[in-house]
Amino acid sequence: MPHEDTAPILSVRDLTVEFVTRRGTLRALDRISFDVARGEVLGVVGESGAGKSVTGSAIIGLIDPPGRIAGGEVRLAGERIDNLPPEAMRKVRGKRIGMIFQDPLTSLNPLYRISEQLIETIRVHTDLDAAQARARAIALLDEVGIPAPEKRIDSYPHEFSGGMRQRVVIALALCAEPEFIIADEPTTALDVSVQAQIIALIKSLCRERGTSVMLVTHDMGVIAETADRVAVMYAGRIAEIGPVRDVVKEPLHPYAKGLMGAIPSLEGETPRLVQIPGSMPRLSAIPQGCAFNPRCSQVYARCHVERPELIAVGSRKVACHLYDTRSKSGVAA
Amino acid sequence: MTADPAPLVEVHDLKRVFDVSKPWLNRVIERAPRQFLKAVDGVSFEIRKGETFALVGESGSGKSTVARMVVGLLPPSAGTVTIDGVSMHDAAAADDRQRLRRRIQMIFQDPYASLNPRWRVGRIIAEPIRAFSLIESEAAIAERVGELLTLVGLHPDDRTKFPHEFSGGQRQRIAIARALASDAEFIVCDEPTSALDVSVQAQILNLMRDLQERLGLTYLFISHNLAVVRHMASRIGVMYLGRLVEVSDGKSLFSAPRHPYTRMLLDAVPDVAMVGKVRQSVKGEIPNPLAPPSGCTFHPRCPLVFDRCRSENPPVIDGVACHAVQAGRVAAA
Ligand SMILES: Nc1ncnc2c1ncn2[C@@H]1O[C@H](COP(=O)(O)OP(=O)(O)OP(=O)(O)O)[C@@H](O)[C@H]1O
Ligand SMILES: Nc1ncnc2c1ncn2[C@@H]1O[C@H](COP(=O)(O)OP(=O)(O)OP(=O)(O)O)[C@@H](O)[C@H]1O
Ligand code: SF4
Ligand code: SF4
Ligand SMILES: [Mg+2]
Ligand SMILES: [Mg+2]
Repeated sequence: MPHEDTAPILSVRDLTVEFVTRRGTLRALDRISFDVARGEVLGVVGESGAGKSVTGSAIIGLIDPPGRIAGGEVRLAGERIDNLPPEAMRKVRGKRIGMIFQDPLTSLNPLYRISEQLIETIRVHTDLDAAQARARAIALLDEVGIPAPEKRIDSYPHEFSGGMRQRVVIALALCAEPEFIIADEPTTALDVSVQAQIIALIKSLCRERGTSVMLVTHDMGVIAETADRVAVMYAGRIAEIGPVRDVVKEPLHPYAKGLMGAIPSLEGETPRLVQIPGSMPRLSAIPQGCAFNPRCSQVYARCHVERPELIAVGSRKVACHLYDTRSKSGVAA
Repeated sequence: MTADPAPLVEVHDLKRVFDVSKPWLNRVIERAPRQFLKAVDGVSFEIRKGETFALVGESGSGKSTVARMVVGLLPPSAGTVTIDGVSMHDAAAADDRQRLRRRIQMIFQDPYASLNPRWRVGRIIAEPIRAFSLIESEAAIAERVGELLTLVGLHPDDRTKFPHEFSGGQRQRIAIARALASDAEFIVCDEPTSALDVSVQAQILNLMRDLQERLGLTYLFISHNLAVVRHMASRIGVMYLGRLVEVSDGKSLFSAPRHPYTRMLLDAVPDVAMVGKVRQSVKGEIPNPLAPPSGCTFHPRCPLVFDRCRSENPPVIDGVACHAVQAGRVAAA
């Protein structure tokens, strides 16, 4: 973004994550950089294994050995959080950064009532007493659309449907009023009609509370409807990032173009879907230069030797040599 | 409709009830009654030769149960399935059915679970050829396996590998090759691409359409992804809680949905064409199938509900099961 006067809530610079394995060091994230503005939903898309979840885990300091952050930095409201000691990081997590995962059952303890889980989380992060915390928990359940929350709050997780459980997880993530929420495939396990409700909920939270969200999913439809900006990841790198309208409707990066063309849409007749030949490389065999070069129809000599950096093209950034106006071969198509 | 070819598959008033009672001792101690779940409740449709008939609907609506009854994997509680004039469940037709078997194949969501991990790919694909004694000489079988691998976009040399050496999309190609090995004409595909990335999904969907054109295949295609169904199907049946609520040709279902549930479902699907558009919020969740609502099971969520809906189950008339549509209370969309 060219003229920014409000600082981004999250700022990631050259973040690199490596896994040390018997077969050598695998680089799951390779110098990725992006910002998330306040109140913004940043969508993160890409094929399985592109590094979407690792990006989320690295931001909240949950990369377990043999993985490690091998370089770069993460700033929350200007403050570095990637090098905090574990205890301080635990406070950031939950208090300032909330998390929503695909399977609500992993975030909810089946043995405790919803009320116990919400009240405990609220009391850890605020100085409300038990009665105040309960009132606050009921208000939160109401906010995420649980009908008759004062009656349902003492239920156990298994007494709720999948969609209701995911709402409880969202309420749990909201307890401490975090500035930033990481939602990793929050609707993938849900049915379409329930999915639509959860999407609407995430959107209204951003609008009303000014919370920022990093929404990880491989469902472009969800991104198209929810996100303000979108980052397309490929083999641990960002291929393209920009306003969702531009990237979805008119992708520039050859990989992003292929990805968008591969998606069947409800509108318009597509006799044949765009097919990207081949598949994403394994981490142990990422090609030299541009990681997409074996599958790219516009590949040329430079792509085999030099890694394309993100360069600004209008409102977005693209990592592809074709858009490098300094180069003679730049043919922005 | 008179000019259409005769249906290959005829499904008439198919029903399946599951006994989901607790064990006998528990029932006695807790004085709990037996419990039955109507997974499929009176479903009828036809599939013409060479067409793709799709079943859509949310999780638990009974799609897979219908599929398993159609291929003869599960006996129906009532109703009939007839394929090319042969009953799939009538004991008297056992001999005819044996001859029919090789012409019917099924492809599942998880290609890994359906491929024997200890067998090499060549043996997996040759298995139906041997089981039905279609080709006698080993050399001819090997040649046929090579042909099939080429047909689905793999290499004949891949026959010596094991399933785990392939990606998800490649494994689904192997499953398709195996289905074609017995010269199948009718293939039931239960969520064949749900476990795959969009780019891989595009490869498989394109392959399935190419094969249909070349070999004149007939598909029963099950998916909860409406955009995928729109791309693949010539006719579509929409299921809700075990009932078929609307059957229509693909184009009109999307341009002029008639049943209120179909309309809601179409409104709920996140779609890439929806960037920046605002949609109506979806109300209510799928009811408990053990205690389905009376009359029209959609009535608690239906915006058009009126008195008759609560007591009478609407019959399918002219492709729609809805009192409001039948009483002319709905303007065409
Ligand atoms: N603990 C680990 N050890 C080794 N490699 C790992 C580990 N965790 C993740 N990876 C690798 O890092 C890469 C990125 O994984 P990540 O989970 O971020 O993918 P993703 O984009 O979230 O994919 P999906 O859509 O399947 O969730 C993958 O190649 C994965 O195999
Ligand atoms: N063997 C079984 N025993 C008891 N209940 C069953 C059995 N198989 C299916 N059911 C129930 O029947 C209903 C229909 O299930 P089915 O698997 O056909 O749904 P589906 O439409 O394929 O859903 P999904 O999209 O989740 O695959 C569900 O309520 C399910 O729990
Ligand atoms: S840098 Fe080269 S290989 Fe990579 S996407 Fe651009 S043109 Fe294709
Ligand atoms: S029968 Fe009644 S409740 Fe059911 S879909 Fe039609 S109008 Fe709605
Ligand atoms: Mg992931
Ligand atoms: Mg199913």
